[in-house]
Amino acid sequence: MTGVLEGGVGSPSAVGQETLVELRELVVDYVLGGRHIRAVDHVNLSIGSGEIVGLAGESGCGKSTIANAVMQLLRPPAQVTSGQVLFRGQDLTKLSTEEVRQFRWQNVSMVFQSAMNSLNPLMRVGDQFVDMMKAHRKISKSDALARAATLMELVGMDRSHVRSYPHELSGGMRQRTVVAMALALGPELMIMDEPTTALDVVVQREILQRVQDLQQDLGFAVLFITHDLSLLVEFSNRIAIMYAGEIVEAAPSDELFRRPLHPYTVGLMSSFPSLSGPLERMAGITGSPPDLGNPPSGCRFHTRCSHCDPAGRALYARQTTERPVLREVEPGHFVACHLLDTP
Amino acid sequence: MSAVAVEPDRTLDVRGLSKTFPVPGASLLHRQTLRAVDDVTFALKQGTVTALVGESGSGKSTVARLISRLYTPTGGSILYRGEDVGAMHGKEELLRYRSRVQMIFQDPFSSLNPAKRVDYHVARPLLIHKIVPRADVPDRVHELLDSVGLVPAQEIAKKYPHELSGGQRQRVAIARALAVEPEVILADEPTSMLDVSIRLGILNLILDLKRGRNIAFLYVTHDLASARYVADDVMVMYAGQIVEHGPTDEVLQRPMHPYTKLLLSAVPNPNAGLHSHRLAPRPKADLAVDLVGCRFAERCPLAVAACVSDPQVLLERRPDHLVRCPITDPST
Repeated sequence: MTGVLEGGVGSPSAVGQETLVELRELVVDYVLGGRHIRAVDHVNLSIGSGEIVGLAGESGCGKSTIANAVMQLLRPPAQVTSGQVLFRGQDLTKLSTEEVRQFRWQNVSMVFQSAMNSLNPLMRVGDQFVDMMKAHRKISKSDALARAATLMELVGMDRSHVRSYPHELSGGMRQRTVVAMALALGPELMIMDEPTTALDVVVQREILQRVQDLQQDLGFAVLFITHDLSLLVEFSNRIAIMYAGEIVEAAPSDELFRRPLHPYTVGLMSSFPSLSGPLERMAGITGSPPDLGNPPSGCRFHTRCSHCDPAGRALYARQTTERPVLREVEPGHFVACHLLDTP
Repeated sequence: MSAVAVEPDRTLDVRGLSKTFPVPGASLLHRQTLRAVDDVTFALKQGTVTALVGESGSGKSTVARLISRLYTPTGGSILYRGEDVGAMHGKEELLRYRSRVQMIFQDPFSSLNPAKRVDYHVARPLLIHKIVPRADVPDRVHELLDSVGLVPAQEIAKKYPHELSGGQRQRVAIARALAVEPEVILADEPTSMLDVSIRLGILNLILDLKRGRNIAFLYVTHDLASARYVADDVMVMYAGQIVEHGPTDEVLQRPMHPYTKLLLSAVPNPNAGLHSHRLAPRPKADLAVDLVGCRFAERCPLAVAACVSDPQVLLERRPDHLVRCPITDPST
């Protein structure tokens, strides 16, 4: 499997970028009372420095588990069973506890959906910046507060909000604060896991526009995780689609939007009604995502796939028994689907 | 907006509906109230989906809760087939109203009792409201499950909520609402907690029920695209007030209120790109402050002094298209 992928999904999309993060054949299991649930199944994915990579999929597909693996936040019952998480070539799974502590915030920071509720309600926002910065660097309190105020301005808030308590801020302002905190130590990668799902569309857009501006100015990479494919197409350079623990398609955003090839991606694209154009009844995807404790045989999507028909015997046999392999069908465009590898 | 009683397809009439909440923590001397819903008027018609869209805190869910009598209005009235819902008191009267007007909630994970099987949830309203003879209840439960696409019904009926996916649970909630043969269904963000691939199934079910059972739906959502997909009429709510109301294509294709335009411009559009339209960050309206004029004025690029000083009313700017803004140009 690795051979096919070398320089593939693992390679950055733009020329001249160096690889920042690389997942190699990553397998993460949740072990619950002797039951192994494979949340991430031999995933290969790379993020180039300064690149915005989108990871899309439905709840339970493993996308957040990947984020937690990169942040080294996996705790039992989750375990990395095999594979590597490389950051600038260094395997993160081999780091000591202290090294991991230093690595977080400094090299990679994370903003997640409920992050706005993760601020300490009893502390002023500025003091939370100070605590975090002092844990990583030798810095005086006044310098840290000044830096916090600058960061608040950077994310579009007033400097004076360093003196606010979290409850004095709206949900959108709290999420901006968390973004500011994530940028405090100048990380090379910011992971955003459904960062704006709980927010209104207008606030969501304001925050993402700001992040995109900052990303262009500061040059950090972003791993952006969401179920909202239309948002992802707008925001990221490259997108990987996950289904039931596997990456089923990966391509540059424009390419994926114009020419989705995996039936699951096509289904996701046609699950969002449009605000313009003709209004037709849409079908979406039938059925529900599988139970990962007991995944379907063969292609994991075959139970919901409209192209899986017992009448086409040879193909049907492969779809139901053989796992499709992620293959490069066009330069930079990878798909794991029997429809595309059957001559 | 007059001559209510003569239109037989108007199932529910909401007139000047208002709800204020006391602001917690405010001092007794300077008691503040939050105007969550302010003078809201509309009608729900048979076989029609009316969407109520707005951001969180706009008061859209409060409207649904007022209609279902989970909250008591502080002003205005709700008429069910011409009858004042506020005047209904006895247990029996309310039971009858609730069998006509049903509600579906956002979270299908908390709206079903985890200790009870699916058939219990659907049978309960049949028994309470005495819809069919007791002996016919199991058959009716299966029919209802079948009608919301839960097949094989016999098998699903014996399952516990945790054995079902989110989409299936929401279908159980819909089957339960349908059990009492309601004329009105208030659906409060019924798809926002579901996976993308199954949201469309619920929206299609709403469309089928609207046509097949002639039900009047109030579809409360923050998702404009889904409103376009299911709704015949759209109402846009901002800070407790309806700011724009009209046929779906009128409102979404030819929006006139600056807030509707802002909402539409914020919807992700893969064809356009994030920077195709910049938004200037502006504060939200403070609902605890008594404003005479337009509540959106602070954020509005077109605002002039009169917007803040004069009361703004909903005016019919084009046929059936009501807008609470005198500034906006109807030709744009």
